[in-house]
Amino acid sequence: MEFFTISLLNGISYGLLLFMLSSGLTLIFSMMGVLNFAHASFYMLGAYFAYTTTQWFGYWPALVIAPLLVAGLGALFEKYALRRVHKYGHVAELLLTFGLSFIILEMVQLVWGTSSVDYRVPAALSGPLFTLYGTQFPMYRGFMMLVALLMLLAMWLLLTRTRIGLVIQAALTHPDTVEALGHNVPRVFMLVFGGGCALAALAGVIGGNAFVTEPGMAATVGSVIFVVVVVGGMGSLAGAFVASLAIGVIQTFAVGIDRSLLDAAQVVGLAITPETFGYALWKLKISQVAPILPYVFLVLILIFRPKGLLGTREG
Amino acid sequence: MKFTMKVVAVAALCAASGLALAQKGETVRIAFMDPLSGPFANVGQNQLKSWQFVADRFSGKNAAGVKYEVVGFDNKGTPEGSLNTLKAAIDQGFRYVTQGNGSGAAWALLDAINKYNDRNPGKEIVYLNYAAVDPAMTNAPEKEGAPGCSFWQFRLDADTSMKMEALTSFMKDQASVKKVYIIGQNYSHGQQVSKYFKDAIKRKRPDIQIVGDDLHPIGQVKDFAPYVAKIKASGADAVLTGNWGQDLTLLVKAMNDAGLKVPMYTYYAGVTGTPTALAAGGESQVYVVAYGHANHTGELGQIGADFHKKFNDDYYTYATYNGINLMSAAIAKAKSTDPVKVAHAMEGLQVKSFAGDVTMRASDHQLQQTMFITKWQKAKPGEYKVENTDFTFVPVKQMDPYVSSTPTSCQMKRPAG
Repeated sequence: MEFFTISLLNGISYGLLLFMLSSGLTLIFSMMGVLNFAHASFYMLGAYFAYTTTQWFGYWPALVIAPLLVAGLGALFEKYALRRVHKYGHVAELLLTFGLSFIILEMVQLVWGTSSVDYRVPAALSGPLFTLYGTQFPMYRGFMMLVALLMLLAMWLLLTRTRIGLVIQAALTHPDTVEALGHNVPRVFMLVFGGGCALAALAGVIGGNAFVTEPGMAATVGSVIFVVVVVGGMGSLAGAFVASLAIGVIQTFAVGIDRSLLDAAQVVGLAITPETFGYALWKLKISQVAPILPYVFLVLILIFRPKGLLGTREG
Repeated sequence: MKFTMKVVAVAALCAASGLALAQKGETVRIAFMDPLSGPFANVGQNQLKSWQFVADRFSGKNAAGVKYEVVGFDNKGTPEGSLNTLKAAIDQGFRYVTQGNGSGAAWALLDAINKYNDRNPGKEIVYLNYAAVDPAMTNAPEKEGAPGCSFWQFRLDADTSMKMEALTSFMKDQASVKKVYIIGQNYSHGQQVSKYFKDAIKRKRPDIQIVGDDLHPIGQVKDFAPYVAKIKASGADAVLTGNWGQDLTLLVKAMNDAGLKVPMYTYYAGVTGTPTALAAGGESQVYVVAYGHANHTGELGQIGADFHKKFNDDYYTYATYNGINLMSAAIAKAKSTDPVKVAHAMEGLQVKSFAGDVTMRASDHQLQQTMFITKWQKAKPGEYKVENTDFTFVPVKQMDPYVSSTPTSCQMKRPAG
């Protein structure tokens, strides 16, 4: 019971962080049809900006300033680069963001160096939130969960309850009509792209000090967030939410399972010895493959349900 | 007249030193290949600085009278990367290569160097392995196609089996340790730490129970909380890990977050980033097995202090000190900087180190050296504060080279020379 509860908590909090990371990506994709390869780079920028801002103004201002800065950069990128290649189709857009991810990486290494920076959890949020069966649950993890949920709520309210949300949704399917009604559609897209980048940056501010802020951080999360977006369903915010939680929880529980195909084979009476073909694969424990399980889902989903769990688009 | 005086003076000096130092004034260039970017960049960067710092310090001021130059190449920690950087280094005329992080990269490098040396007599390359600790690298006989122990490799660190001998010799006296949880990175090093621990502890303390044996992909895990929950659930009273770099930092962070305070027996807790994470968790029982520690006095202590002053970073790759000293002694003995001659001279060579004498065992090119167990604790006045925290690693046990010396089955092919 103890292990179950703690693992569930760990899984949910990790899943919520994943959601925070991928929500911007899925938002941009559903609104603009652009698969932003540089999304994880904006996450990294968020962490580095927060590190520097924290040194000047402290952590709480950084929580606001860093995402705003990144939103500005994202908006500029949309206006002066992405918009220009839009007419050449999605491949050109994809390649452009792909190139941007490398440029950001090099810039980060030039400015902050190739080593990790000492970006820490603020003192007010370090320490345990509560103790369960003798295991502490860190306050910062609780804070991460809270921010992710608030973000989800704010986004949902913005998209469904406000005028700008309605314009955004309408611009998605009927851009010409919206434009004819006097709305500035390119500006709406710029706002969406900037907003999506800000969400990634917010995740960076929160995740950068919980884990480690270093130039490799974008590459390590980059692949996982694509898994979330694909598994959840391309462009579905609710799908991304479900997929993040599922991946977080399944990955966490998988770590606790020390069973392998070898055990399964023994149950059905198959004798597998070190001489058996592929023994290294047979004896692989589920806990050992836990960190790569998301990629297994990615492949399975693409084979059996290409539109994702809650997606509406085909493929 | 003046000119003749100079010639006479120089001749007299040479005669007095008893040697015609043919190699004197030459520059020995060493190519350093380790991750300078990516998740382990902080470690690689620190180690490059350590090599360069020690090389500068002893340039011109060594038995051989040579200068040293260390140039960094980013192999990204991968075998493919290492092959690329090796090629670049060869193209730039390097004859000495040093690498240490990750036995996977080390094997690739060793294999490539063996083949290159076979095909390019007269242009041989010598490989100073300062941290890759796979015991097979100095043990396995060379087989068809597969590299084994090689004449071209010299290992300055102590291999996993040696460290485990030392660590278990210490652990057997720790009565409180009854249930051990092993966690490691899923590649040769992590697997070997687990294997050698089980072997050694069975001999020394058969009553110790192994309650967990986990391997996780290297550099892939961002959240160690699930592993910590598992360790907690297993009822372990000690954790053993060979993890290094970010994988250890994050593990320590997760243990602190969960409030799990059991003794940790580690290899690399002193490496960049980890002490800061340890300090954030306050007082915790962490032991490190290594061939050196943070509180050396004498010349090494001075190097550590000067390094800290210059880079505001810790000097912990003491193998760089032994490496440069061994090279200098070997070059002086060979009276040449030619890698083949230097390699022959290095075999069986004994030099003064910061902890007694160290010997480069001729049979397998594994340095035989003193081992230390150090404990993480609050620094007393005068003790070295690791990573500017209030903590330090103090030696709790020092073991002579014979304690950790392990047998070798190496039968290497030696070139004539």
